[in-house]
Amino acid sequence: MSDEIIIIDNLHKYFGSIEAVKAVNLQVKRGEVVVIVGPSGSGKSTVLRCINHLEVPTSGAVYIDGVHLEDKQTDINKVRAEVGMVFQQFNLFPHLTVLENVTIAQRKVRKRSKEEAEQIGMEQLRHVGIPEKASAYPRQLSGGQQQRVAIARALAMQPKIMLFDEPTSALDPEMIKEVLDVMLQLAEEGMTMVVVTHEMGFARAAARRVVFMDNGQVVEIDTPQVLFDRPQHGRTKLFLSKILKH
Amino acid sequence: MTGPEIQATPDSSWQNSWREFPWWLVAIFVFLALMGILIIRNPAYNDAFKFIFPGIQVTLYTTITAFAIALVLGLLAGLGRISRNTAVRNIAITYIEFIRGVPTLVLIFTVAFVLVPPISGALGVDNRVVSPNTRAIIALAVIYGAFLAEIFRAGIESISKGQMEAARSLGMTYTQSMRYIILPQAIRNISPALGNDFIAMLKDSSLVSVLAVRDITQLARLHAGSTFRFRESYLVLTFLYLAMTIILSLLLRWYEQRIGKDRG
Repeated sequence: MSDEIIIIDNLHKYFGSIEAVKAVNLQVKRGEVVVIVGPSGSGKSTVLRCINHLEVPTSGAVYIDGVHLEDKQTDINKVRAEVGMVFQQFNLFPHLTVLENVTIAQRKVRKRSKEEAEQIGMEQLRHVGIPEKASAYPRQLSGGQQQRVAIARALAMQPKIMLFDEPTSALDPEMIKEVLDVMLQLAEEGMTMVVVTHEMGFARAAARRVVFMDNGQVVEIDTPQVLFDRPQHGRTKLFLSKILKH
Repeated sequence: MTGPEIQATPDSSWQNSWREFPWWLVAIFVFLALMGILIIRNPAYNDAFKFIFPGIQVTLYTTITAFAIALVLGLLAGLGRISRNTAVRNIAITYIEFIRGVPTLVLIFTVAFVLVPPISGALGVDNRVVSPNTRAIIALAVIYGAFLAEIFRAGIESISKGQMEAARSLGMTYTQSMRYIILPQAIRNISPALGNDFIAMLKDSSLVSVLAVRDITQLARLHAGSTFRFRESYLVLTFLYLAMTIILSLLLRWYEQRIGKDRG
């Protein structure tokens, strides 16, 4: 078993004639937290969505725990059960209660009994700090609460990897912290995480490595200290100067 | 300078409720009530009613059975319509467009006399023993299946892509995601449209009288033909359809308001 749980090898993705991702290589170790930053349209979300095959690469390969996702023989559903994902727009299931949201996949995919799924679901709701909302519907929750439920929903599958696609971008400012706190806690517990975000504070606090992407390419990968304080590339400096000014 | 008082005059709410009052509904209920009185008091109307009314069982049975089958056909064709499989998608589109391009009355003949014989042959059933009523149900189901397919398709497409992505990202298969996540939301959204089509089908069931199915329309025609009481026969028939459809559409409005409030 290799130490690299995610291997992205020479990934290219075209949308029509536009090349959104150009020759991206990235390896993530078990327990590592990698944050991807970059201007919008730089291809960072597309790279993230290739890690659980929500986007199919035009060429190149993604390996999760040694399993080649683009291989026709691969059961992608089996891989996805091990890779949790949190979306910018939460994407909770509005017709289901919070508890049903965190148990449905456990029951249908992991084939757990109702009791077991609810026990694990409640554990994860306590983990993200809102067990009292178990019987509420998503629309009755604030944005921050919804996103924490979405994290609990992914965690209830007991995944090996968690992907976060701009998890705080759709939140009101006062709700960002409660979500980042949950993510920080998760990072401290040793979860393997790949996070696309604009929250540089989170990147500094949690990331072992930060990836800077621009125009579909990986420009620079380094520790947050080096990348934020002594960036090597002009494009990284320009990006950081734009966002850190205020 | 103060402008003319358009809003918030003391009696505006009274005026408003006067204007918003469903007078049309009163008119329809007056018609239904007058017909009721005629049927009770007038022997000619009473005879027509007694002759026609038993057909309501056939009308309702035909409509409900055909609609149930149409729901299944519509769901399958609607899912086929958005399938990524080229063959499946084109078969579904062919079915839908074929049905939509031919008048309902013509389709009833075509299904009953052209489509049913080879199907019953394939199933090893003698074509002659297939009753007109069964033919009528199959015809209505096949026709409405195509209409419902478009409603199902629209309902599924009205659910945001993020729902399918979230379900798939948890490891659920396409079928599981459809069944547990997309369809429950889609069906809730389209339930008023499905209700409208049920009412439309109840009315279109009158067309199956051309197959000599003894529904209320056929019985009204028979009664008119044998007694020459055309006015009584067709007024009673009109009364029966209107009574059924107005009750159903009022129920539907009430249900729509209820789910509207639920969402709010």
